[in-house]
Amino acid sequence: MSTRVPIRLSVNGREHELEVEPRLLLVHLLRDRLGLTGTHVGCDTSNCGACTVHLDGEAVKSCTVLAVQADGAEVTTIEGLAAAGDGLHPLQAAFWEDHALQCGYCTPGMIMAAADLLARNPDPSEEEIRSGLEGNLCRCTGYHNIVRAVRDAAAELRAARAGAPTPEVV
Amino acid sequence: MGAPGAEAAEREMPGGNGYVGRALKRKEDPRLITGRATYVDDMVLPGMLHAAIVRSPEAHARIASIDVSAAAERPGIEAVFTGADLDGVAAPCPMVWAPPGVEVHVPDHWPLAKGKVGYVGQAVAVVLGDDKYAVVDAAEQVLVDYEPLPVVVDPEAALRDDAPVIHDQFGTNKVFEWSLAGGDLDAAFAEADVVMERRVVNHRTAGAAIEPRGALAEWREGRLTLRSSTQIPHIARVILSIQLGLSEERIRVIAPEVGGGFGSKLQVYGEEVLVAWCARRTGRPVKWTATRSDDMATTHHGRDQIDYVRIGATREGRLTGIHARVIQDCGAYHLIEGPVIPTFTSCVISGVYDFAAVRTDVIGVFTNKFTTDAIRGAGRPEATHLIEVCIDQLADELGIDRLELRRRNFIRDFPNERPHGFVYDSGDYDGTLDRCLELLDLDGFRREQEELRNDPVHPVYRGVGFSTYVEICGLGPSRALGPDGWGMQGGYFESAQVRVLPTGSVMVYTGTSPHGQGLETSFAQIVADRLGLAPDAVEVIHGDTDSGPFGKDTYGSRSLSVGGEAIARAAQKVQEKAKRIVAHKLEAAPEDIEVSDGAFRVKGSPEQAMSLAEVATEAYIPADLPDGMEAGLDELSFYDPDNFVWPFGAHACVTEVDPETGRVEIVRWIAVDDCGPAINPKLIDGQVHGGAVHAIGQALYERIAYDDDGQLVTGTFVDYGLPTAAEVPSFETARTETPSPTNSLGVKGVGEAATIAATPAIVNSVIDALRPLGVTYLDMPLTPERVWDAIQEARR
Repeated sequence: MSTRVPIRLSVNGREHELEVEPRLLLVHLLRDRLGLTGTHVGCDTSNCGACTVHLDGEAVKSCTVLAVQADGAEVTTIEGLAAAGDGLHPLQAAFWEDHALQCGYCTPGMIMAAADLLARNPDPSEEEIRSGLEGNLCRCTGYHNIVRAVRDAAAELRAARAGAPTPEVV
Repeated sequence: MGAPGAEAAEREMPGGNGYVGRALKRKEDPRLITGRATYVDDMVLPGMLHAAIVRSPEAHARIASIDVSAAAERPGIEAVFTGADLDGVAAPCPMVWAPPGVEVHVPDHWPLAKGKVGYVGQAVAVVLGDDKYAVVDAAEQVLVDYEPLPVVVDPEAALRDDAPVIHDQFGTNKVFEWSLAGGDLDAAFAEADVVMERRVVNHRTAGAAIEPRGALAEWREGRLTLRSSTQIPHIARVILSIQLGLSEERIRVIAPEVGGGFGSKLQVYGEEVLVAWCARRTGRPVKWTATRSDDMATTHHGRDQIDYVRIGATREGRLTGIHARVIQDCGAYHLIEGPVIPTFTSCVISGVYDFAAVRTDVIGVFTNKFTTDAIRGAGRPEATHLIEVCIDQLADELGIDRLELRRRNFIRDFPNERPHGFVYDSGDYDGTLDRCLELLDLDGFRREQEELRNDPVHPVYRGVGFSTYVEICGLGPSRALGPDGWGMQGGYFESAQVRVLPTGSVMVYTGTSPHGQGLETSFAQIVADRLGLAPDAVEVIHGDTDSGPFGKDTYGSRSLSVGGEAIARAAQKVQEKAKRIVAHKLEAAPEDIEVSDGAFRVKGSPEQAMSLAEVATEAYIPADLPDGMEAGLDELSFYDPDNFVWPFGAHACVTEVDPETGRVEIVRWIAVDDCGPAINPKLIDGQVHGGAVHAIGQALYERIAYDDDGQLVTGTFVDYGLPTAAEVPSFETARTETPSPTNSLGVKGVGEAATIAATPAIVNSVIDALRPLGVTYLDMPLTPERVWDAIQEARR
């Protein structure tokens, strides 16, 4: 139990070298060792998605990843989602604008999952958004405004990518 | 998509800057969307211990022995405590409902079991140590020898004479029995041509906030600080004082960011008392965070009623009387107020209908399950489900159109005193139903329904169901709820303090404790309009018993109609004083000063004006105040309402049912709600969406289930089916605005309204869909299995 394993990983662009118990979960590494408490824990069965982060660019539930599995990887958490000094990521801005959060507990995981969805599908339909976020539970919003925010952020991101001025999103 | 109501309701309000009524973005969001908010489990204190709790795997057993030695000897373990160690806990959990003249059985419920367990998950020992993984390892080494006792899980079985008695001292499993009634019920039923009877089961559910419970206690210099994921820091301090035998000023309770409550954190749990006691005992901070499994087993459940209802009506469809016998499963022990919850059922059991006589008999029962208490709606969803499903059933028996039967019996005169003594404050039930039908296009739907059903190749079964609801909230008038009324041992006012700072910005202290509702924003809007500044210059402080006046916290859709009104009144007092200062400085009469366009101005000569900052300077450098006026600009209000508030509305749900699989899909949802004039329409729509999905969860998927041995079989999110985005629709929302005469804002609550409204709309819709197949009644949850079974049964 007390065996410790050395790992190196990059979190939000910063390099870390640590020794960890082999059983340490990535979410606990992020929260307890690195102080990145924006990533939350809502269940113990990988159902709720509150702990969603990006591991080498893909969304994972960090309660189901061992810290040692992240050895050599690049991790992005909600704290590192917006480009440095850039204020809010379009998803964060859209969640605010569209009232896509209430208590905020599921929000970081929801935004990280949505970012992954939009990276794979820049123009998802309502149905695709709904099935794409199936792994993230929200008890407050009824999802209605989350779906709206993801659509609006998608439009914003597409416009930015096209280099066009941002259209008014509703 | 979108919310048609939201933009339409933006409007100017007289006397201010026009922030009230606008769909402003929330002030609280920046910290939440960037991961910088602080929930309890995010906090670490120097020298902090982690706690793990050993829980009973038995539903009913005597504890023969507990051996903690192996656990205590493990490295890094500071201490292990059992119920026998808890001598320092002065009192068991107080249950605060004691109605006059009614005997309520209250067994001692200690933070750790003493000698006996009554439900799976009951805490029997706590392990403290430096590392959160190590305490869990050690907890597994605590050896408890249980001698199993007979288990009773079904509340009706528990009431039978041959049932095992859970608490010997009472000699019965009945917790209490009382009635709320009014009008001549015998005459009402004698007058009825038809008496419809049903047994309606409203099954047990969980609040399932995504943040599990957690508590962090610190004992320093003779003073306890408890940070807890709670809806009720103020009430918790009072109760901790009683349980710990510690005087109140030595306790500080902080509710930091709280990740959802839905009633499940309207509680003072054993773990909160336990970590406080452990911190005092060990001299080190102690943190406990629930796992989801802990939470499902030991965060109070809701609903769990069996209702026997009789409704009388004339052949012409005039409702005469309603009588319900409500059997409430209380679980094995009480927490702070569980037994009162079914009494809320009685308040609105007659719904929006003009019954001449109403009677509800409420019976509480002990079973070997966890405690039930308030979950979003708390007794009113049960009432609305019962009356709205039964109205459809009765309409079909009478051969009268379901909406027509409703309209023939709507209450139309307000305020309206009901036979059981409640006064509905204001309403327009036709108005919300009309708007709902306008959005739905019922005739168009009926045509489509017929065509789809008659498709010779692939018939599709669609249905529409309605719920025209009223609910009671805004707890509440202390006279009605208090010791001489319903017997709640507390007051239900709300407090507010509005403090203008020397440079003219404003701090607001509220006794409510928001946890997602957006009150930092809506309260700032209320104050901004009264003091002539922007909401961004108003900081709303909540959830800390060391700052601001004693408050009564957040539950029962009370925060706006009681807490917001207190804020409006305190802000009004500040405004009055500011007007006197301005009048004095500008040599005008105070009644000639008005707040407009961001300043205090002389009516008729608006260029003569002072900003709030200028007024504050005068107030805090009191060199030239009116004679006799004290310095400062800081006012307090304690507001206790004269009545409850009564939100209402009409919901319509269109479902499609696959008869081959029994699967129900929601196709459309129209919600027309009236909670009085909107303060912030964005927040209202959000509450309606979330509230409706909470009800969809209960109606279709969610169920807390125990097997016959009292084992919880839905103890994780794998087994307990919270709806995901993929299972719910987008919502079509609209509002009407009928002011409440109860408070100056005219507002009613909306936090629970959609949860109260929605389940019968789904059930009525599925029954409407399946009527051609012979299905006439269904209890929730409408799982594919249950629906399929009902179809097979009807075909036989």
